Amino acid sequence: MSAITRDEVAHLARLSRLALADEELDHFAAQLDVIIGAVARVAEVAADDIPPSSHALPLTNVYRPDEVRPSLTPDQALSGAPAVEDGRFRVPRILGEEA
Amino acid sequence: MSTETLMPYDEALERFEPVLGLETHVELGTASKMFCGCPTTFGAPPNTHVCPVCLALPGALPTANAAAIESTIRIGLALNCSIAEWCRFARKNYFYPDMPKNYQISQYDEPLCSDGYLDVEVDGKTVRIEIERVHLEEDTGKSTHVGGATGRIHGADYSIVDYNRAGIPLVEIVTKPIPGTDRLAPEIARAYGTELREVMRGLGVSDVRMEEGSMRFDVNVSLMPRGSSEWGTRTETKNVNSLRSVERSVRGEIERQAAILAGGGRIFQETRHFHENTGTTTSGRSKEEAQDYRYFPEPDLVPIAPDTAWVASLKAALPELPSARRKRLQQEWGVSDLDMAAMHNADAIGLVEATVAAGAPPADARKWWMGELARRANEAGVPLSELLITPDQIARVCAMVAGGALNDKLARQVLEGVLNGEGSPDEVVAARGLQIVNDEGELTAIIDQVLADNAAAADKVRSGKIAAVGALVGGVMKASRGKADAGRARELLLEKLGVSE
Repeated sequence: MSAITRDEVAHLARLSRLALADEELDHFAAQLDVIIGAVARVAEVAADDIPPSSHALPLTNVYRPDEVRPSLTPDQALSGAPAVEDGRFRVPRILGEEA
Repeated sequence: MSTETLMPYDEALERFEPVLGLETHVELGTASKMFCGCPTTFGAPPNTHVCPVCLALPGALPTANAAAIESTIRIGLALNCSIAEWCRFARKNYFYPDMPKNYQISQYDEPLCSDGYLDVEVDGKTVRIEIERVHLEEDTGKSTHVGGATGRIHGADYSIVDYNRAGIPLVEIVTKPIPGTDRLAPEIARAYGTELREVMRGLGVSDVRMEEGSMRFDVNVSLMPRGSSEWGTRTETKNVNSLRSVERSVRGEIERQAAILAGGGRIFQETRHFHENTGTTTSGRSKEEAQDYRYFPEPDLVPIAPDTAWVASLKAALPELPSARRKRLQQEWGVSDLDMAAMHNADAIGLVEATVAAGAPPADARKWWMGELARRANEAGVPLSELLITPDQIARVCAMVAGGALNDKLARQVLEGVLNGEGSPDEVVAARGLQIVNDEGELTAIIDQVLADNAAAADKVRSGKIAAVGALVGGVMKASRGKADAGRARELLLEKLGVSE
């Protein structure tokens, strides 16, 4: 019986930069608990002869040759940027004054 | 900036023992990026080497660069590592705009190479640095912080990002903790960096240009009181980008931590920044707050399973490694450990090797590079390789000395002329008139003059005080402006004075 705690949801929310209200923490804790429980059922059918995998296809060693392909133009590259300065992506302040 | 107190290094080492750890990032010299076909050349205008994959546009998928996998395995083999038979990339999640994906593709608990070592030489002793792992990841973009008082990230108003570097294949080489270095910790850290750079050069996997950031170090240092066996808390100084700075950062961090510990304080596990101008470090972000990267196997890439026979063929085809080359050359040249270490430290081994290849005897090649030329390089504040003289030219000077056309004193003047840009050794000899005086008539005339000018010394020699002939030989050398053959002059002087040895 896995029980996702409120603190764990708050930690995940902080790592994911999500601002969750107190009541949302309880709400999502319960939902995540159900999801984890559903996924855990896979372990019930996975026998010792089934190796864990992280990919849907049983492939290894899929590579590309070391060859240069055309890049985007700077205009194309920056076309989706909310703000641009000096040919670069402009992003808000990263860290505050503290530390 | 730092106003922290430091404890003098000698005192710090009397009271504490350091433990080191080094993480090295090496940008591979592939033509294209790790997971897309964008070029990797340095110095392009911003955001011209980017595509949907390395900009993380929706739907874009990575494919691993075969050459980067091969280079990483070769690095692992050169560092005596085991190569994984099966391993995966992992996703390292973090929010920071240097990666547009909000994660970096790296490796976590399944590195491509593990458990190796690299032997380095310090003070004539071989120190074995154990390698924990070598893994493959992608480099990040370059942020420029705008506004604020310092131009650094803290206090900046905003940042602007160039993603040309994002996605360039990056190999991370991590040592195991290195205890027992004692007071040589700074030198050992530097020697490791130097040796690692030579291994990378020898393999041809990276241009290892530290000033362009293609090789950079994170330096971990902790201290424990003498006699203790429990390691202290470590700090990690990030992105140290010269070998000299590696050495200085270890020394500076030992002095800083020792002062804090001796004053009853404690060390916090944190990242620190190294400042070139002062040789000190200042606190960066605290490590505790940013450690939860939620690594998981990268779902967009399939596992790496290097074929055992292929790995064996890569191992068999490794070039001669720098330490083996040095051992071979030392044997061929017949020089002592100490002399070899001195040449290594002066970055002179390749130059001496080239000079020998151009026909000079090893002893002569070493004498000039480590003597006169090292002195001149030192005066000019440049490395030996930047002197305006070639191994071929040194070999030519050696040949002229061996053939009797020059003595050492004249040879030094020839070298000076070449370094001054006066032309080849032969041109300098001709232009400055530096041929040794072999004409017996001219030499005899000089000797007669010297004997006439130094009658008292001449009488001494005549009366049997043969040692006094030295002053007369000196006079001949002076009168000939160094161009006389000193041995022949001595013979002729003794003959004229009617004495024999």
